[in-house]
Amino acid sequence: MAEGLRVYRLIAAMWIRSTMAYRASFVMSTFASFTVTALDFVAILLMFSRVDALGGWPLSEVAFLYGLSCVSFGLADLAIGSMERLGQRVRDGTLDTLLVRPAPVLAQVAADRFGLRRLGRVTQGALVLGWAVTAVGVDWTLPKVLLMPVVLLSGAGIFCAVFVAGAAFQFVAQDASEVQNAFTYGGTTLLQYPPTVFGTELVRGVTFVLPLAFVNWVPAAYLLGRPLPLDLPGWVAFTSPLVAAGCGALSGVAWRAGLRSYRSTGS
Amino acid sequence: MDVDKEEPAVDGGPGAQGAALIELDGVEKVFDVRRRTGFLKRERHEVRAVDALSFRVRRGEMVGYIGPNGAGKSTTIKMLTGILTPSGGRLRVAGLDPSRERTRLAQRIGVVFGQRTTLWWDLPLIDSYRLMHRMYRIPDARYRENLDRCVELLELADLLDVPVRQLSLGQRMRGDIAAALLHDPEILYLDEPTIGLDVISKVKVRGFLRDVNTERGTTVLLTTHDLQDIEQLCSRVMVIDHGRLMYDGPLAGLHEAGESERTLVVDLERELPPVDVPGARVVRVEGARQWLAFPADRSAAPLLAHVAAAYPLVDLSVREPDIEAVIAKMYAGRTVS
Repeated sequence: MAEGLRVYRLIAAMWIRSTMAYRASFVMSTFASFTVTALDFVAILLMFSRVDALGGWPLSEVAFLYGLSCVSFGLADLAIGSMERLGQRVRDGTLDTLLVRPAPVLAQVAADRFGLRRLGRVTQGALVLGWAVTAVGVDWTLPKVLLMPVVLLSGAGIFCAVFVAGAAFQFVAQDASEVQNAFTYGGTTLLQYPPTVFGTELVRGVTFVLPLAFVNWVPAAYLLGRPLPLDLPGWVAFTSPLVAAGCGALSGVAWRAGLRSYRSTGS
Repeated sequence: MDVDKEEPAVDGGPGAQGAALIELDGVEKVFDVRRRTGFLKRERHEVRAVDALSFRVRRGEMVGYIGPNGAGKSTTIKMLTGILTPSGGRLRVAGLDPSRERTRLAQRIGVVFGQRTTLWWDLPLIDSYRLMHRMYRIPDARYRENLDRCVELLELADLLDVPVRQLSLGQRMRGDIAAALLHDPEILYLDEPTIGLDVISKVKVRGFLRDVNTERGTTVLLTTHDLQDIEQLCSRVMVIDHGRLMYDGPLAGLHEAGESERTLVVDLERELPPVDVPGARVVRVEGARQWLAFPADRSAAPLLAHVAAAYPLVDLSVREPDIEAVIAKMYAGRTVS
């Protein structure tokens, strides 16, 4: 684990150095990432030019959901978003070159092509979240303030687990990166809207099967003083870190199984 | 003498000069291949890529590992490096179980895949080396020394700042070989290290590998399609076909076993009936060009003299037997007898 983190830092640092060799290009690609991902919020603003609330949630509260989803996903995408290319590596055989190095494969795959430009999405989400925090009219008591970074990190953890599990699946189905995108990019877009606009079945699935609801819907309900989705009891709002840890453990098991199957069958 | 009895009687004990560094006992690898036969129907069948493979390689040896495509060469290398887990048998490299102790073994071996690079494709060559330095925890002085040496001998000085993707195949291969040697590996695996290289690059690569083996005592195991690689580098050659070891010994013995033939191609001044000289037979005639086969262990010089004396010779060349042909013959010989 420690060796994995060390190698991850080494590889990521190398990519950052190489990115910084072309500063203008870095600035432009970061700005592009900022703008493209901000279009999602523009879409929400356009809706609110016609309506006063979405599923009973006013603009400031939807912006709060959007900010949490965007920053959480942005952090996960920044950290290990490159993992979605694993299927490509399995197909062209370059995964073998990672297996002959004295470092965990997961760390090498996660840090590969570390893209600092992805900060564009995080920045954009953070700006929206910053505005929403002041606009939602919540009394920001100390516990609520302390909960914010916990929620963001748990959310990032849940998305990281989805990335890892998706990559593990690509050991078996090498063309599955699109399936993975449905859960990662699709997931973050879903979470930008209040749970009340979706059908109960979908909300159940996103809560109990693929627990993306714990990225923002569940903790945000507590922070905003709303009832939890699916009438869940109040204490569930604080379980995001546990859910993230559980997802992380499961995705770790899936990753090991995927790698083991690769090493017994080859490409 | 009673004390000596405690010592294992294998190869003079661990760590001794000439001790077995690579040991395989009945190693096998079976793949489960699923083939689509209909919309949802799939047919399963087993493919035995490596079958009951046993051999030893001693420290400091330089061994050629050859065989036709699909014979199991790459599968063997992948098991020896810990990429693939064997389905059965016992496998030890430097005293380690490769698949279980993959990362520990990685510190002690260097691997070069001819077909794909281990370097970071989009980054300058030197960045890959810097990363290897840190990743393998190579002591600074050692790293500098090894890098300088590789840069000098493999002529990499002008290439260090070039992104790997812009390197030619020969340049990239030299870059890859250097990368595999920075951490002073005890064993160097090379999978087709000269494939696609021009003649000059091949000569450079071979010369360097010979130096590494003699000066550093690095054990080298290489797979190749080029018999000249073996001729110029390896005192020992192992031939694998259908996952089984067909031959293990010196290259000369392989020629005997396969009764292989070299080919003398002569261009005459004009179309003539098949050349008649002792010790060779014409296998093909095409206009003024004729192909003469002669035993591979016989010198071409007397044959040349005969042809030149009796026929109007314009040009000529000698072709070495290719491995596929040698093995095909050997295989046919064994099944008949």
